[in-house]
Amino acid sequence: MILLQAPFLNLQALLDGLMVGAIFAFVAYGMALVWGVMNIINIVQGEFVILGGYITFTFYKMGLSPFIGIPFSFLLLFCLGFLIYRTIIFRVVSRDMFISILATFGISIVVQQLMNIGFGSQVETANSGLGTSFLFDGNITLSHIKIFSFIVCLLGASAVIYFMKTSKLGRAIRATAQNARAARILGVDTEKVYCYTYAINAAICGLAGSLVAMTYTLHPYIGLPYTVRSFMIVIVAGLGNFPAVLASGLGLGTIEEFSAYTLGQEYRIGFVFLMLVLILVYRSRKLAKKREYLK
Amino acid sequence: MTKILEVTDVSKAYGGVKANEDISLSIDQGSIVGLIGPNGSGKTTLFNSIVGAHPIDKGSIKFNNEELSTLTVDQISRRGLLRTFQQTKIYGQMTCMMNMKISKKLTGKFSDMFQTIPKEVEEEAEQILSFVGLYQKRNLRAGELSFGQQKLLELAMALINAPKMLILDEPTAGINPTLINGIVDRLIKVNKKYNITLFVIEHNMRVIMNLAQKIYCMAYGRILAEGKPEEIKNDKKVIDAYLGAAH
Amino acid sequence: MFADFDKKELTGLAFLLFLGISTPYLFSGYRIQMAELFLFMVYASTWNIQGGKMGYNTFGNIVFFGVGMYVCASTQIAVAFPLGEWTAAGGYKTFVHTPQQYFLGIPLGILLAGIVPAIIALIIGSALLVLRGHYFAIGTLGLGIASGEFATSLEIIGGGQGMTVPFWPKVAGLPHTFLGGGVNFFFTLSFLLFLAVFFFLRWLYKTRFGLILTAIRDNEDKAESMGIPTMHYKVTGWVFSAFFMGIAGGIFGNINGYIEPTEVAFAGATVGVFMVLMTILGGKGTLWGPIIGAFIFQLFKEFFWTYFLGWQLVALGALIIGIIIFFPEGIMGMLRQKYPALFGEVVDEEARLAQVTINTDD
Ligand SMILES: Nc1ncnc2c1ncn2[C@@H]1O[C@H](COP(=O)(O)OP(=O)(O)O)[C@@H](O)[C@H]1O
Ligand SMILES: [Mg+2]
Repeated sequence: MILLQAPFLNLQALLDGLMVGAIFAFVAYGMALVWGVMNIINIVQGEFVILGGYITFTFYKMGLSPFIGIPFSFLLLFCLGFLIYRTIIFRVVSRDMFISILATFGISIVVQQLMNIGFGSQVETANSGLGTSFLFDGNITLSHIKIFSFIVCLLGASAVIYFMKTSKLGRAIRATAQNARAARILGVDTEKVYCYTYAINAAICGLAGSLVAMTYTLHPYIGLPYTVRSFMIVIVAGLGNFPAVLASGLGLGTIEEFSAYTLGQEYRIGFVFLMLVLILVYRSRKLAKKREYLK
Repeated sequence: MTKILEVTDVSKAYGGVKANEDISLSIDQGSIVGLIGPNGSGKTTLFNSIVGAHPIDKGSIKFNNEELSTLTVDQISRRGLLRTFQQTKIYGQMTCMMNMKISKKLTGKFSDMFQTIPKEVEEEAEQILSFVGLYQKRNLRAGELSFGQQKLLELAMALINAPKMLILDEPTAGINPTLINGIVDRLIKVNKKYNITLFVIEHNMRVIMNLAQKIYCMAYGRILAEGKPEEIKNDKKVIDAYLGAAH
Repeated sequence: MFADFDKKELTGLAFLLFLGISTPYLFSGYRIQMAELFLFMVYASTWNIQGGKMGYNTFGNIVFFGVGMYVCASTQIAVAFPLGEWTAAGGYKTFVHTPQQYFLGIPLGILLAGIVPAIIALIIGSALLVLRGHYFAIGTLGLGIASGEFATSLEIIGGGQGMTVPFWPKVAGLPHTFLGGGVNFFFTLSFLLFLAVFFFLRWLYKTRFGLILTAIRDNEDKAESMGIPTMHYKVTGWVFSAFFMGIAGGIFGNINGYIEPTEVAFAGATVGVFMVLMTILGGKGTLWGPIIGAFIFQLFKEFFWTYFLGWQLVALGALIIGIIIFFPEGIMGMLRQKYPALFGEVVDEEARLAQVTINTDD
């Protein structure tokens, strides 16, 4: 009701939704990468995002511009991803998927708790210092950092796609995603491919996190919603199809903003999880009809 | 002769693929009937239609004069019409004995859920397992059995429900020659001793010629020919479509 | 009743009975930990119905725990006072239950704590149990967190602030520790709940129901194509888990004395994962695995809470990773590999190698 009476609120929600949706899509793209290549659902995805955010926030806290933090978030998370792969993930790659879900869940608890100890449990933001535009006589606000993060996400995703298409490693990653065994026979070092895939995904999360830190808020325990959003986007869009991932991400962002405007911000996270359940049930009902067990 | 199964004008399409078109056939009570035809000619599809595993597009299927096409798999199996699969379906992690116990149908009421499996079922299962030659393997995990042994287990799992009619999808495919003779012998015994009507898809011509009193041949989703084994063997259309010149 | 128990089971059960009966006298300093231990055994054993027996790895059983906790506490309060006023006023600091009110509320609350989650399981089960594999795992994870968020926004049960649970009553003329006091009372309830769950599951796994749960894990499509209504079995199994988890939640709320949505009731990241972990540690799909797992896990947990204070959750996360990576088959799985005969598994090489020959002259 409130939406019909207020066209500006509509426009505002749409705008905010698209801005935040780009970040969701970027993170989801990383999840799709790991899922498609390694057959792992990376539950620690959201914690990577938040940790990337805290790294940028640290620069801000030291009195520096948070923008300096962006490359550090990216690189440090790349290293962390590399390290986690070499210590833990490589042991669960070819195992039952539930094993990897639990293992990454375990990692997410560790990361979450370490962030809680290291950065405290208060809500933080790294103020970018960029201004805000007021459109339509101030009825619509648009902070410049949102535009900045929107563009960075699109650029970042394009860069990753370009890398996948042109570089040698990118081609090896795509070959492994198609058929790991065939790739191995053709001389692809799949172990290395897995390792870099995982690290690249972590770096994507780190970059997205630094944007989250400047645009939205940080808290040690809000990682899981990011994981769940990525998961939803990936099951709607499928693996390895970036335009679809982007479309789903923007769609999810918009739906979420609208729900937050109508139901109230406090229901936002609950709404995200409820949507997850609905999407899953809808999807499996569709699949159940097609199931083939008669031969 | 009374007819136990009558199929009239049954059609079934998967999207654009007409897997069965206007199939009509009838099977005498107590007989053994064969179904042959090239791969993809729609034999398995017909079996699925008969046991109610999928809805048919048109036609009627009568079992002991009762229309089946509106019943579910479970209801049909309770009426004594059971099947085995071309690709064996067993519970690989469970022992043969447990496979047998699960297959035994009880009353179909909700309270079945919480019954302990009666001792008689276990004894019955042991008898049937020894009938198909698997008694020694009763406590092995079914997944450890060879493919041929799994086929025998599937047969046993159907037999424990004392069916009136069994439809078997390629019972000897992938089985070594000595075991094939044993299976043929068991099938004849099932038919004679327990008076179970058999309807068998089979590619092994020697087996089906020995086994069946009547054979249907399918091609491209239709019945091409029907008749006694010798007639089928010498039928020009069947030779062209399926048997080839060698026979 | 114990006729069909073998020696191993009798020893195990005797040990647990000893713990249950002697704790109030011999280890009264550890009653809370011991109550928690028996509740852990309940969480793990009921999780095992889905995750172990049936192959449906759920993160959602915590929902029933949380709902049971709130339902029980709310009932206990509501038999005497308006719930909203209680939570608004900070609970037992303002309102005091008479012994009659208190002991009316407890059985009523615990009963409802079982029934309401069971009904919820019936409803959501029909929708969610169509999900397979990891989709079920993540779907139920979402459900757990959504429940926590929902509880946070419900003012009448205290929202994010949480609520207190009625206090053990004072009876004129009796010491405060009549009936052994609240701690003993709820310790005993936990122990009895564990026994009920144990005997129930032991019976259940011997029926056709238990057999079909295993069949679903093994090959659900086959079971369906044989005409077994798998959905009935899956949902019914979840209703059982929900019933017992709900009661466990009700008891735990009383032991804790204070309920809060995301870290006590719908604590997916702690209790929700613990139950999975304990079952895996002990051995999925067996009756005793979850019990052994819970026992060892509780030792670890107490150790961490004592020696890694502040870092205990980090240590637990690391423990999860360690167990998953190095011990996915659990203790029972390890024993089964080493001593298959203990599990009634035939290692008869002769049977394995025997040629199947069909005797044609009978
Ligand atoms: N579930 C299905 N969906 C689509 N097409 C199918 C399905 N099952 C069978 N078909 C098609 O129907 C035709 C008949 O198949 P089938 O009955 O299995 O043949 P047969 O058992 O005689 O080898 C084939 O062309 C096959 O590809
Ligand atoms: Mg076939």
